[in-house]
Amino acid sequence: MELTVGPNQFFWSADRWAALYEYLADAPVDRVVLGELVCSKRLPFYQDRIPDAVSTLLDAGKSVALTSLALVTLKRERKLTTELAEMGGEVEINDLTALPHLPQGAKFSVGPLVNVYNEGTLAWLAARGAQRICLPPELPLSSVEVLAAAAADLGVTIEVWGHGRLPLGISGRCNHARLHGRTKDNCQFACEDDADGLEVRTLDDQPFLAMNGVQTLSDSYASAAHHIDALAKAGVSALRLSPQSTGFTALCVLYRGLLDGRCNGDQTVEAIRKINSSARLSNGFLTGDFGADWSGGAAQASGRT
Amino acid sequence: MVMEIVCPAGTPAALRAAVKAGAHTIYCGFADETNARNFPGLNFDRSEMRDGVAFAHAHGAKVLVAINTFPRAGDEVIWHRAIDDAAASSADAVILADLGLLNYAAQNHPDLRRHLSVQAAAANADVINFYAEAFGVKRVVLPRVLSVPEIAAINAETEVETEVFVFGGLCVMAEGRCSLSSYATGLSPNMNGVCSPASHVEYSEDQGVLDARLGGYTIHRVGKDESAPYPTLCKGCFNAGGKSGHLFEDPVSLNAERLIPQLQKAGVTALKIEGRQRSRSYVAQVVRNFRAAVDALEAGHPLPEGMLARLSEGQAMTTGAYKKTWR
Repeated sequence: MELTVGPNQFFWSADRWAALYEYLADAPVDRVVLGELVCSKRLPFYQDRIPDAVSTLLDAGKSVALTSLALVTLKRERKLTTELAEMGGEVEINDLTALPHLPQGAKFSVGPLVNVYNEGTLAWLAARGAQRICLPPELPLSSVEVLAAAAADLGVTIEVWGHGRLPLGISGRCNHARLHGRTKDNCQFACEDDADGLEVRTLDDQPFLAMNGVQTLSDSYASAAHHIDALAKAGVSALRLSPQSTGFTALCVLYRGLLDGRCNGDQTVEAIRKINSSARLSNGFLTGDFGADWSGGAAQASGRT
Repeated sequence: MVMEIVCPAGTPAALRAAVKAGAHTIYCGFADETNARNFPGLNFDRSEMRDGVAFAHAHGAKVLVAINTFPRAGDEVIWHRAIDDAAASSADAVILADLGLLNYAAQNHPDLRRHLSVQAAAANADVINFYAEAFGVKRVVLPRVLSVPEIAAINAETEVETEVFVFGGLCVMAEGRCSLSSYATGLSPNMNGVCSPASHVEYSEDQGVLDARLGGYTIHRVGKDESAPYPTLCKGCFNAGGKSGHLFEDPVSLNAERLIPQLQKAGVTALKIEGRQRSRSYVAQVVRNFRAAVDALEAGHPLPEGMLARLSEGQAMTTGAYKKTWR
């Protein structure tokens, strides 16, 4: 099974952003998707670093794709989306707006924020040129199994969310700016101090969500560590890791070891907890009763009492 | 042309009430997971749908059938059957969000009009035109993330009719792209047609304090004599960054009645009222008010004043994303 690194969902400084891809060039991952997924206002801060990051990764033998924005509304965002399609590299669409701009017959990949819930949608996207689809994290294992089987018949590679805070919602409103008493247009980059999103707790002080500008993420880090065998058996051929600000390259090494059979799910989870001791884990979307659920033992529940 | 009032009906009785109250168009769904208001006791069986469409047509009104959840892998046939049955009921259009379903409808029922559900979150002219080219979509229900000038700009760049929400519940997140509910409860709008479901709501009172929990997460806390809002996730109370409150949205509902003239100028074809879960008397009253407003506008008269205030039942109202400062 391949390892893919998804686009960084957070607002990092250009230097921190570029350093991630320097590290990833030497990390045991097969594929990297980069670019701005969440907010077009962040892009100017690191846009000029993208070409170097792409060449570094390509030189290191990684396959590379550029992501589209997850929600395209403004004229400037439409223009960015058009330009992305015209750049000639592989595009991962995370909003269908990018699709009509791709040259006729161009191959593309589909990110987790496009709703691929069933075989009909998968087949339509495959006919349109989709080569690879990272399924929405909300899907249960039973759906993943059906979709991976359908994808195999169509020659489409199926990828599944492997590790990271889950993208749960995207809004026209910037909640981060609102928290600071500002509007989106005058946000003053309220999200820049929260490198992994800002923790949102319930009234009982349970960790629950993470605020990331216009995006809302889970507090928990979803981990498919206990489902690798089931995913492989279903025909899933790639696992996606979502960048986080600490210990990310160690995580890549860890998951590579798990995929190669050098460690099992429990050992992987134990090691994840060492890398990131305060992180709560979840895997409920795959096999639990609800997304925040965690099947991996009582050591650390996902926040719910 | 007078703007079209598109009104919800959760039951055949509500459909008849809305038609009699002057709705130009009714939208409704089958009583299963194929629609995004899959609530107990709500929606239409097949014969009720046929009768409802016949009743509406006899009174000069149209019926749109919402089949706007995302079919479950392996079970698409349930959704396909819903489209077939909507066509057999002589419905005027189906409201769809899923690419596979749009393709199915376009291939198998080319003469059945296709509307793009708000659940598809098509938020710009490029993607709307894409849906028109790929699937022959004739109308798009715009997501609640756009300002009035942005809606005008979209209309200037597309032949697809636009329909916008003007009254009722308000999603804060882009619709069809939110899994907050399934994260907390396992049930989601996209997969199950429900958000923050009542089956997962608990209230508990302790020493004069009333807590409301959804899926075990406490997201409202009020004194026992205060009214306790329903714990919808995105309108809950949370703590973050040293602040406490409704961090995503206040427990408000949408009321864009004062914006009707601007929406008409922006080129909007139809005004949509949310609330298939609402009573028929509520639906009838909202319809009467909005119908009076669009008729007044058409006749060049001022809008009736404060027409819907009493329907809000003390709940705060917002114009949502239609005003840019909401963002």
